[in-house]
Amino acid sequence: MRLRIRFSKTGKVRFVGHRDVARIWERSLRKADLAVAYSEGFSPRPKLSFGLALSTGYESRAEYLEAELLEPADDADWNPAQAAAMMRRIDEALPTGFDVTAVAPSDRGADSLQQAVTSCTWEIVIDGIRDGEASQQIAEFLARNEIVVERERKGRTVTEDIRHQVLALDVTGATDDGVRLTADLGTQPRALRPDEMLAAMDPPLRARSVCRMNQWMSQGDDRIEPLSVDAAPAPLAELRA
Amino acid sequence: MSSLWPELERVLGEVQKPARYIGCEDGMIIPEHRPEKAAWLLIYPDTYEVGLPNQGLQILYEIINERPDAVAERSYAPWTDMAGVLRRTGLPLFSVDTHRAAGEFDVLAFNLSSELVYTNLLECLDLSGVPLHTTERRAEDPLVIIGGHCAYNPEPLADFIDAAVLGDGEEVVSEISEVVAEWKASGRSSRDGILRELARIEGVYVPSMYEAEFDGDRLVSLTPRSAGIPAVVEKRTIADLAAWPYPKNQLVPLTEVVHDRLNVEVFRGCTRGCRFCQAGMITRPVRERPAEQVRTMVTDGLRRTGYDEVALTSLSTADFSGIEQVVATAVADDVCGQVSVSLPSLRVDAFTVGIAAEIQKARRTGLTFAPEAGSWRLRQVINKLINEEDLYGAVGSAFSQGWRRAKLYFLTGLPTETDEDTLAILDLARRCIDVGREHHRSPSVTISLGGFVPKPFTPFQWFGQNTETELRRKIGLLRDGLRSGGKTYNGVKLKWHDARASVVEGLFSRGDRRLGAVIEDVWRHGGVFQEWGEHFDISLWENAMARNGLSLDWYVYRHRTLDEVLPWDHLSAGLHKDFLWQDWRDALEEVGLEDCRWTPCYDCGACTGYGIEHVVASAVPPAGGSQGTGQPDVVGGGVPVTLAPRPRQTAEAAT
Repeated sequence: MRLRIRFSKTGKVRFVGHRDVARIWERSLRKADLAVAYSEGFSPRPKLSFGLALSTGYESRAEYLEAELLEPADDADWNPAQAAAMMRRIDEALPTGFDVTAVAPSDRGADSLQQAVTSCTWEIVIDGIRDGEASQQIAEFLARNEIVVERERKGRTVTEDIRHQVLALDVTGATDDGVRLTADLGTQPRALRPDEMLAAMDPPLRARSVCRMNQWMSQGDDRIEPLSVDAAPAPLAELRA
Repeated sequence: MSSLWPELERVLGEVQKPARYIGCEDGMIIPEHRPEKAAWLLIYPDTYEVGLPNQGLQILYEIINERPDAVAERSYAPWTDMAGVLRRTGLPLFSVDTHRAAGEFDVLAFNLSSELVYTNLLECLDLSGVPLHTTERRAEDPLVIIGGHCAYNPEPLADFIDAAVLGDGEEVVSEISEVVAEWKASGRSSRDGILRELARIEGVYVPSMYEAEFDGDRLVSLTPRSAGIPAVVEKRTIADLAAWPYPKNQLVPLTEVVHDRLNVEVFRGCTRGCRFCQAGMITRPVRERPAEQVRTMVTDGLRRTGYDEVALTSLSTADFSGIEQVVATAVADDVCGQVSVSLPSLRVDAFTVGIAAEIQKARRTGLTFAPEAGSWRLRQVINKLINEEDLYGAVGSAFSQGWRRAKLYFLTGLPTETDEDTLAILDLARRCIDVGREHHRSPSVTISLGGFVPKPFTPFQWFGQNTETELRRKIGLLRDGLRSGGKTYNGVKLKWHDARASVVEGLFSRGDRRLGAVIEDVWRHGGVFQEWGEHFDISLWENAMARNGLSLDWYVYRHRTLDEVLPWDHLSAGLHKDFLWQDWRDALEEVGLEDCRWTPCYDCGACTGYGIEHVVASAVPPAGGSQGTGQPDVVGGGVPVTLAPRPRQTAEAAT
């Protein structure tokens, strides 16, 4: 069966790049002694697929991967009661800073996460700016019909309008020295990164920290998470208690 | 005494590969610092990716942290972009474990495995805020200590280091910790006092306690400045590897590093007697780890780390007595999925390839052999006694079992080497291709060519290194030969090491303490990461030599004579100088020497001098002969070898 795993990546490990995260998962699933399927051929690799890449330096509470398991073989053999134990096993095998927050079987026939996810919610901390100032700047930013930026794409610089990808942007709190913003940014056809958006503001802003809070898929008029933490079996905190 | 992390995390977004600086490895230790404990910062003065896997550093990291009176953290040379950020922001070099400033540690201990990193040592000291010169350091500054193979000739670094530690570090780090902890307890008074204490520890050399006297160019003597300081510093040797099953928790990095796999050391030392090989000379005698312990370290290590590859490390792993058993266990252990075993140092024979075939089930891409010289004559000179038949047998065996590429390591610029010897490399490669064609349509053979650099404590320590021009000419001979040979050499590729880098290695390999000024000059002119092709700049070194009135000819290219005082004569790797001289004469006579593991002792000094012996489980050499078939297994009519009983207590052997 195909297992979908939701995990967070917080603290110092946010500086670990996407490729390295993949390697960490390969090792951790072996450590956890999960029966992961391997590819055939000259250089067999475990069958893992990762969702949207997270920029190096960003934290996240909503990362996903899917692992092809040999055991249990079918969704029918999946016993939700085992999920908690499996979560704990994987979580213990992961390095500090990576935490599993939900696991569940995933539909093999469905779109890949990369295709299915249409937007992400981000929490952004900006230093050295007051609430009113930030709100004003955001209002002006959102009032623009067109926000054309230069973006790197496959090694070439292209100009694109990113306005339609900024789905929501608000000041949602204050910090000691600045503000906390919450942004919903589109991911199709290519994900807009918070720092690209901040650089397009006038004057440009720089984030002290960025954290991906949710990834969203469209379902009719609604949006749902690929795996919500609430629906997950007993949280780890309880297990450990 | 606090973590620099809050400041560092603000700047890590600006540098390449920030994961180099975060620590967080599986196996990382967060030690409890206390004022009475000796605090070590173990520094590998190259990038994190190169330094992290270093087993020596990891072994000491664990041993020190197990002690109640000491703590150890780690650091690596920050890449140039990070060094720039640190200088701009005024942040110092830091540990990756708790991000503590380097200057807060009592000991900065550098692991030096290449001469080209010497300027990085200065860079790390400068970034730490520690005065570069020992003479400028005050009581509150950290002690700067070096270890690793370069410590066998630390003279070029004499201006900058407080001490050099010779040989195995397992025991001596504890003795140093005790002395440093006492020094702290006593209020950390005079620096001279602690240096004197350190100099009394066996294996510890304190350059500032010795006077180097020169007569013109020539070194006349290197002697203690005062009583109580040993005239000769002997290396340290642990008698029994079984007593030191380290690292117990090998660090598993979060970012990709070199040798990114489980590494288990199966033996230390090597007595094949290759005359160019410093590692083989200075790490004697051979001390095997019991096969059972190797098996445990492999299976536990795979389970703990999640790695799917394990390397059995040593200077020549196919010589390990328990190789077949250990390999069979590792391969059969499917706890971590499909485990691949690698032997970083293959011997050139079919037996070895058979073992390799058994273990490298997957990723069977290339095998590497090291004949080192192209002709049988020259292989006798360097005592690498591999017959051509052995080589073709090994290569044929490899190609027949699915490998498509063979890589052959050679040295050029060896003593007595003629153009005929050099060109013989091409013949060997061509015949390897012929052998390969019997099994594949397009076999490939890569010749990897390095310039020979004579090293201290080897029979070749008296040999004048080939000049850069001469090394280039020899590389050119092979390149032209390949080109003009046309189809004859289809499938043969040639790669070579930069001859200019060999010059700098040669300069410091046998240099004396006058070269400190050169290292400093190059560093002041921005010469860091010189072991990286993109940063190496020979003109920095040439200019620094010229500015200091020193000559490459004299240091690098000149033959030494027996009566010359060598800058490492007051240090000892246990080898008798007359043994080395005799072996040098034998080399010139093209006479080979047996591997003494399985033949009678010829008294090189490494065992007899320290009252220790080989620890080898098997009474007979492995199939394929003790040195390939080119050398008889036993001379003197089959004298039975008395195997060393495993020492019962290490403490006993150490005293």
